[in-house]
Amino acid sequence: MRTDFAFVGVMLVTAALLMGVTLIAASFLRPKKPNKAKLDTYECGMTTVGDTWVQFRVQYYVLALVFVLFDIEAILLFPIAVAFNSLTLFAVLNVVLFIIVLLIALLYAWRKGALEWE
Amino acid sequence: MDVISNLLKILSDFVADLIRSILGFSPFLADLVTMGLAAVVLITFAALSFMGLTYVERKVVARIQDRVGPNQAGPFGLLQPLADGIKMFTKEDTTPASADRWVYNLAPLVIAVFALASFAVIPLAPGVVGTDLNVGVFYLLAIGSGSIIAILMAGWGSNNKYALLGAFRTVAQLVGYEVPMLLNIIAVVLIAGSMSLIDIINHQTLADGNPGIPHIVYLPLAALVFLISGIAETARSPFDLLEAESEIVAGFHVEYSGMKFALFFLGEYVNALAVSLVFTVLFLGGYAGPILPPYVWMLLKAAVVIFIFMWLRGTLPRVRIDQMHALNWKFLVPMSTVNLILVMIAVKLFPTSEAAARAFGGILVTPAAQALILFTLNIIVLLVSLSLASRAARKQRLAEAELLERRRAANMAAVAP
Repeated sequence: MRTDFAFVGVMLVTAALLMGVTLIAASFLRPKKPNKAKLDTYECGMTTVGDTWVQFRVQYYVLALVFVLFDIEAILLFPIAVAFNSLTLFAVLNVVLFIIVLLIALLYAWRKGALEWE
Repeated sequence: MDVISNLLKILSDFVADLIRSILGFSPFLADLVTMGLAAVVLITFAALSFMGLTYVERKVVARIQDRVGPNQAGPFGLLQPLADGIKMFTKEDTTPASADRWVYNLAPLVIAVFALASFAVIPLAPGVVGTDLNVGVFYLLAIGSGSIIAILMAGWGSNNKYALLGAFRTVAQLVGYEVPMLLNIIAVVLIAGSMSLIDIINHQTLADGNPGIPHIVYLPLAALVFLISGIAETARSPFDLLEAESEIVAGFHVEYSGMKFALFFLGEYVNALAVSLVFTVLFLGGYAGPILPPYVWMLLKAAVVIFIFMWLRGTLPRVRIDQMHALNWKFLVPMSTVNLILVMIAVKLFPTSEAAARAFGGILVTPAAQALILFTLNIIVLLVSLSLASRAARKQRLAEAELLERRRAANMAAVAP
């Protein structure tokens, strides 16, 4: 069991090493002649106006909230799906009720216009 | 015959034994070296298929659009990926003066590492798998979310308005399309009874090793939704809003060049390859197949899925951002949820294992009968949702046309003396 996950760690480290080596090797091979115009932020040839890191539209936030709702549902459903064969019919109906409540939440968000993108 | 079909397994066992005999004094070191070597092999496989895929994709899309595609470098342009690689390697790399240096430089590394890490659990042939995690599917989903962080890092770190817009769009899209993907993977896990990818393949294989009923027959709707959300997850056309050239130039990687840009590209293609391999495992029976060796079957099936990706890219126009969100939240998610509920009840009422049938009631059926029941159910759900959606879409179209007509009339009235 431990060695199973050890491979994931080895994989992550190896991938980071190999990709890091290509990045570093490339930095020795490529030319490096920066000037002011080159290092400017790209915006169709004009200089940018104002700060980039400003407020963003609230819609993204609302969608992220709906996503969290379903993500938590999935985390709860995965173990249920694995143990499905040993569940009683009553337990399965409870799970179905749980999903239906979530579906109602989605319909509520829909009716409230949280899913509209204007 | 046996040697050919188990070629990969025999080779990897041989190398593992060799390392163990050399480093016999320290089992820990031997294990570490074996795992490191396996990781290098898997990463090389992914990187090489990335190079091959760029060539194949350009060629296929060119043919669909009635062009020739790359044909200058080498015979049939076969050396094009190599030429691209040399160009990427020796291209000047600029970091915008106003960028957040650490975040900006780490983002390509993060996306490439997370994309490559998904290969740790994908089985390529019987016994040839990095590691058979008992939470394999869950691991893939978790690792897949890593690329979302990388994209947000890239968009934020670049300090460029186009990049930030692209990153926001991407995050909203990737996060959204993860939901239908999750719901349909749950349906597959439910039928197979395990999250391990090898167990899922075994469920689609008969006891004698011949291919059984693939899950695409059990759950055609789940397979379709998984394919659609897989395309959206890898941000390929028609869901490539994040790099909409005509709107936000190139989205989150507008400021990147040289090797860092190449790593973003690698991440994108390796993710697409991983999704097609996972689709093969979940729905097409993985490496099970007659006559040909298993690894050939695995790659053949994945190649068909990748070809469908390229076909869609060459054929469909890009969707609008509101259409993209509407398709996900108002169509795929409710449909998948209803489908999941029905599949749950049907599997409980018509179990295939005798123990489950005896313990909790329900009618014992053969796997084929269960597949038929679920297939019918899936098709009914699909047809009902399609007819509902088309009715709603027609209503919306008529409302929009009426609004337009009213505005036109108002304009005419304003202009007329």
